[in-house]
Amino acid sequence: MMDPPGVPAALQVLLIAALVLPAAGAVVVALLPTRLDRGARVVATVFAAVTFVATLLLALPSSRDVGWTDYSASGAVPVVPWAEVQAPWVPSLGIEFHLGVDGVSYPLVVLTGLLTLLCCAYTVWKVPAGGSGRTLAALLLVLEVGILGTFLALDLVLFFVFFEVVLLPMYAVIAGWGGADRRRAARKFVLYTLFGSVLLLLGVFTVVVAAGTGDLLALAGGYGLSRTTQQVAFALFAVAFAVKAPLWPLHTWLPDAHTEAPTVGSVILAGVLLKMGTYGLIRVGVGVAPEGAAWAAPVLGVLAAAAIIAGSLVCLRQTELKRLIAYSSVGHMGFVLLGIATLTVTGVQAALIGNVAHGVITGLLFFLAGAIKDRAHTGDLGALGGLRETAPRLAGLLGFAAIASLGLPGLAGFWGEAFAVVAAVERGGALWITLAVVAAIGGALTAAYFMRLLRRVTHGPATEAVTGFPAISRPEWIAWAPLVLLALAVGLVPALVLAATADPVAALTGALR
Amino acid sequence: MTADVLTPLLPGVPLLLGLIGLVLRPGDKRSSQALGIAGAAIALIVTIVLLAVVDEPVEVTHRWVTFGDLPVTLGFSLGPAALYVAVAVAVVALCVQVYSVAYLHDDTRYAPYAAQVSLFTGAMLLVVSANDLILLLLGWEIMGVCSYLLIGHDRRLPEAPAAAVKAFLVTRVGDVGFLLGIAWLGVWAGSFRISDILAHGGVPTVALLLILAGVAGKSAQFPLHTWLPDAMAGPTPISALIHAATMVAAGVYVVFRLFPLFAQSPAALAVLGVMAAITLLLGALSATAQDDLKRVLAWSTVSQIGYMTGALAVGSPAAALFHLLTHAAFKALLFLAAGAVIHAVGSNLMSRMGGLREHMPVTFWCFVAGLGALAGVPPLAGFWSKENVLVAAAHATEGDGPAPAWVGWVVWVAALAGVAITAWYATRLLLYTFFGHARSRTDEWHAGFSDAHYEGAPGVPHDPPALMRWPVLLLAVPAVLLGLAAFLPGFRSALELEPPHLSVSIVLPLVLLMLGAGSAWWLWHTGPGVDPARALGRSRPLFAAGFHLDKIQNLLVVRPVRAFAGAVRLVDEKVVDAAVEGAGTSTTRLGTVLAAAHRAALPRAAVAVFSGALLLGVVAAIYGAAS
Repeated sequence: MMDPPGVPAALQVLLIAALVLPAAGAVVVALLPTRLDRGARVVATVFAAVTFVATLLLALPSSRDVGWTDYSASGAVPVVPWAEVQAPWVPSLGIEFHLGVDGVSYPLVVLTGLLTLLCCAYTVWKVPAGGSGRTLAALLLVLEVGILGTFLALDLVLFFVFFEVVLLPMYAVIAGWGGADRRRAARKFVLYTLFGSVLLLLGVFTVVVAAGTGDLLALAGGYGLSRTTQQVAFALFAVAFAVKAPLWPLHTWLPDAHTEAPTVGSVILAGVLLKMGTYGLIRVGVGVAPEGAAWAAPVLGVLAAAAIIAGSLVCLRQTELKRLIAYSSVGHMGFVLLGIATLTVTGVQAALIGNVAHGVITGLLFFLAGAIKDRAHTGDLGALGGLRETAPRLAGLLGFAAIASLGLPGLAGFWGEAFAVVAAVERGGALWITLAVVAAIGGALTAAYFMRLLRRVTHGPATEAVTGFPAISRPEWIAWAPLVLLALAVGLVPALVLAATADPVAALTGALR
Repeated sequence: MTADVLTPLLPGVPLLLGLIGLVLRPGDKRSSQALGIAGAAIALIVTIVLLAVVDEPVEVTHRWVTFGDLPVTLGFSLGPAALYVAVAVAVVALCVQVYSVAYLHDDTRYAPYAAQVSLFTGAMLLVVSANDLILLLLGWEIMGVCSYLLIGHDRRLPEAPAAAVKAFLVTRVGDVGFLLGIAWLGVWAGSFRISDILAHGGVPTVALLLILAGVAGKSAQFPLHTWLPDAMAGPTPISALIHAATMVAAGVYVVFRLFPLFAQSPAALAVLGVMAAITLLLGALSATAQDDLKRVLAWSTVSQIGYMTGALAVGSPAAALFHLLTHAAFKALLFLAAGAVIHAVGSNLMSRMGGLREHMPVTFWCFVAGLGALAGVPPLAGFWSKENVLVAAAHATEGDGPAPAWVGWVVWVAALAGVAITAWYATRLLLYTFFGHARSRTDEWHAGFSDAHYEGAPGVPHDPPALMRWPVLLLAVPAVLLGLAAFLPGFRSALELEPPHLSVSIVLPLVLLMLGAGSAWWLWHTGPGVDPARALGRSRPLFAAGFHLDKIQNLLVVRPVRAFAGAVRLVDEKVVDAAVEGAGTSTTRLGTVLAAAHRAALPRAAVAVFSGALLLGVVAAIYGAAS
């Protein structure tokens, strides 16, 4: 193992542990006998908790924390992670096992750790019909390995491998524990995202062959790749990540997958899995092919604005609770992609905080939607109504989550959306100003559909479906409270997410200035 | 030093207590009442202390977060003018909290109600004290959400949820412009700090016009005023809160805050002036024909805010702020007194009232004071502030101010006409509600926005209990006396207000006032007990419906958006998704065809294999020959 300078051994161990722990946990849980099903789920929760602590500790000070940047003679700011660990893997192809964490990936890594922990804890209390609980818990841990690996990988090939690891367990979660139409939805999900993966693979090899290395740190800023190579690579990356994010019009797998997925599946899917797309676009797309990004930015921006409007308009006419929230993700990810497309530091930072905020808030929304659907046995907005009469606390939480999601200042969702608009205005010019206006209008439409949702579900006289709801149980509170608090905390102290992002983002977008 | 610590506490304490109140058990009355009253009281004390210790504007700036090169700060700034607004906010909030204890005594969800009132108060104080546009936006939007929650509070009113959604969405439409305007200003000045923006040279007229869209939404200016009359579905104390010192005042305050920029942009001032004149007349005329007591007051708010924006448009922010303060006093008084009437009668409809003067003397005299101030009867508060607005508009007609002369004329004429109309509907309200004889209260007892409900039929109407009476009486004091503050040099210099002009210029408004009030009185005198609004004839339904702008809004905005949304959903499902599904099914079908081809019988398969081999051989031969 090569020893990167200035990184304490403890951090290197933590980086490895963040991946090994959930993997080991998955194996242990899967091997436990059937009669210990509940015990296995508890074990999975313990593993997830330890992994969460490990991801949190990644922010431990390393000797590099004086300034995460290393100003080289040329004045350009290279990307320097706080912590990294590096080992040769396929030396002949220049491929390394290279992990690291910096301000861009850290919030997502912690969010992944947290959501997996919450989902595992939730699984201890409630296993959706369809399969054994311990298998579900094991799959959640495998998912965590893939997602964490994607966020931590600093080698393009390694990134791709982890990106793919996620696919099958998610397929299994939807197909195994989902709703009535789960098989079709799962198949659509897996085939659609595989299509994206093929393009990603092509992009990865275009870059690796042209550059002779897969090291993302070295590649950041273009690595002197020719303009054409960058354009081809970015086009491939952009489509691949657009499927994952998802960007309109490549989004149609999402509503089906969400509607059918079990609650924990939806939470992971919306909370962190989609972020692999936007994170990839920032780290790999913009990082490796900046010239390609600059070339494609207007198209990306227009599509993002279209996604915001289309997503919110579809929500305005949506009649199923989980489907509505799924479509709201399309709109929200539109804001994130708009931020990235501006290619300004402001925009990318807005995208990063938008990413995390969406993970927290939509995670909460799916938990709540799941709770409502489980209790009412329907997600039809026409049949739900008057929730605040029969379950005031649940209605209050739904109201909170909806208000957070529509971007109320002071809650997490605001920063990403408002500053995506600011970034577009900052970028200037007729096109970007228009996109800013469209995005702002999309913000008003977002408010409109959430108001419609609340009016349908919480106000008015109580319908038959919502009567006799059991109170919110303790495990539910345990799973939801951290998300509620985080939505408030990130909203009030955005520096929680953005504190360390300025330099790495400046480094990633620096090649453009 | 003290000021640096106290300034963030001013909005901070009510916001924090509001957040704590939200997690209380909904039925926990005692704690929630204590928290609510404490929040408003502490805010009031902090403001008074600040007024006492501060001689020059306080500025506090803390780092918050930086996006790219754009810093966002937790910046507060409080000048004397802002402190007076803060006093008004805190006093009204305190009155509302105390009054609500009695008014909503049988509410089962009092804790969230009181908490939301606290949040609302804190949010408004944040708008007042913020020195950063993003921080200001925070307060601005929290107010929007709280208004939504509070207007929809009454679960027994079928119209409440719709009114709440409407209030939120109409203001949110304005906020599209507000956000863009803020973004524009921030990018233009390289900072969101208001002091930096004001110090930055030049005038971004587009940004100011965008800001005005937000102002129109929040301050209920034409064409985004439609939410306000419907917002009467909220409990009456909430109407007092929203309409007196918070929310509707926020827009006016923001223009006041950014006025150095507006003063350099005649275009923005012209837009503001036209908006103000239309709103002023529209609101006043609509108020003449309402039967619902609260709706009269709501439309009068629309109209009075028109006076404030009109004053801003003619380049007199001081007059606008003065009118904001007097309006806060007399409108809060009127709403809380109206709550007492509604509590006593059990209906909002004036056609079911009448003859209340003998039974409710305290409320009656409070109404006299409030309506007198609203109409601008000297020496009540509204007289002085309205006189200031009129003088400013008359000055502006000379065209040497920041606004073009024609804007001055438009505002001046509208404001003068408004004086007469206001006097007319104020007189009508007073006569129709408190004079004559009690009208039949037998049928459909609970029609209208009756948010106070009763066990059994009410007996003889009576003055409200002490907890409701004292806030009303307290507010009567400034409603009567606040106008005289214009004679205090300290108050004048804080607002940069001109001294009162008691010259010939006050004759015209006074004549108009007497004309309006006199004609209403004469109509009442000729036909006692008959609604003077009958004299409006065929225009009455038009006024009563607020010029049908609701319908127009529905036709031009709501329905097209809905139809468009339906179309987009259809396209999404039948085109975008169908293409994906189609790709899947055609691949499967192609696979089936190919699979069938592979299941060929031996002879045909043998022929195929041989032809393939032959083809490969030929290709190899040609390739070999070529190379």
